[in-house]
Amino acid sequence: MNVEQELRALAETPPPTVAAGVLLGTGLADGYRIFDSPVGAVAVAFNPAGVSAVDLVDDDLEERFTERFGRRLLAARPPRGWETKIGRAIERGTPGDLPVDLRSVTAFQRTVLEATARIPRGQVRPYGWLARMVGAPGAARAVGSTMARNPVPLIIPCHRVVRSDGRIGAYSLGGPGRKRVLLRHEGADPDLLEMWAAKGVRYVGSETTGIFCFPTCRHARRIGDRHRVEFRTDRAALEAGYRPCEVCRPR
Amino acid sequence: MDELCRRLARDVDAAFPDLVSHLEGRLYTGLRRLHGDAAEDLTQETFIRAYRALRTYDPERIRSLRLDGWVWTIALNLGRNHARDRARRPIPVPLDDRHGVTDPEPADVAAWDRRLRRLPAPQRTAVVLRHVAGLSYPEIAAATGRPEGTVKADVHRGLARLRRIIEEET
Repeated sequence: MNVEQELRALAETPPPTVAAGVLLGTGLADGYRIFDSPVGAVAVAFNPAGVSAVDLVDDDLEERFTERFGRRLLAARPPRGWETKIGRAIERGTPGDLPVDLRSVTAFQRTVLEATARIPRGQVRPYGWLARMVGAPGAARAVGSTMARNPVPLIIPCHRVVRSDGRIGAYSLGGPGRKRVLLRHEGADPDLLEMWAAKGVRYVGSETTGIFCFPTCRHARRIGDRHRVEFRTDRAALEAGYRPCEVCRPR
Repeated sequence: MDELCRRLARDVDAAFPDLVSHLEGRLYTGLRRLHGDAAEDLTQETFIRAYRALRTYDPERIRSLRLDGWVWTIALNLGRNHARDRARRPIPVPLDDRHGVTDPEPADVAAWDRRLRRLPAPQRTAVVLRHVAGLSYPEIAAATGRPEGTVKADVHRGLARLRRIIEEET
């Protein structure tokens, strides 16, 4: 027996988990897992910095991810405890204590997305409002394109951001139909939103309190029909002697 | 290998997955001989450390690396720490004797592991690095931090001993 030859012939193939673990551990790849959501199965990508992407599940998922983020995407198990947090973040439509990796967007977009995450469930706000919230009133268009670039839809609820005329508008995660499904799931009636938009109603006020709100603000929903006043512009509301709600901040 | 070094020097992130697929088989096979079931974790950790180191090296240094030997330097270090930690905290031995066996080894692999385990540690390491991992003597000397002459002697004594062990078997 030739000892050297025999030793050289010893060859074992490492299990595929080794190379995957290396790519995940070095940050050269993100892991992903499939989760249920109100709009069906979605892939949630993650790395040590946080959840990095939410996307529809199809054959091009991995390719799309690499093209956009420059990293590979591998099916993997999320870090300990994250699975529950991800499920909860999707259900509530806000990150909560789940870390989100927003390194893929600009500083401005990051600020916009963080403000988006604070829009309450079941309520909607127009692009212009978000622009004002981040201290860039005039930047409604940039806000709109930030929504289109949101890497983590569902978890950062860009479905709660609507056009400045109140129409529901576009949605990055598979089109406006899904945006309606999500809003309905949260208890906002998309047909009613479209009807207000068509009538030009953008604010409602209460005769009793003299305060005006966005129509989906929880305070607006409490206004009884007899005391409810509709406004087409914030200016009209102010001129009628109403002051803006401090919760939904319609101006 | 030199081509891989050049590509790593240009762009670590782009070339690193190729370094992994290029070296993982030899590294894993060698670590299996030296550390058994811990080889999986050790292989993974070795590559992660290698990546972090490469990110801090300038291109000139990466171009001049002997990748095999360099990666094995990291692996041997981790292996030493692993062995030391394990000695400090003994693993409870399950009652049946199937513990730790993830995949049944082919008979000849198991036989070689049994023989290698009978070598003193420096000889075992030297033989595995030379003949399983395929490193050169200078690389082994660098990876183990021992003089080249000593390493050569270890390989020769180790092989002689293996031949005697095999003779005893027949």
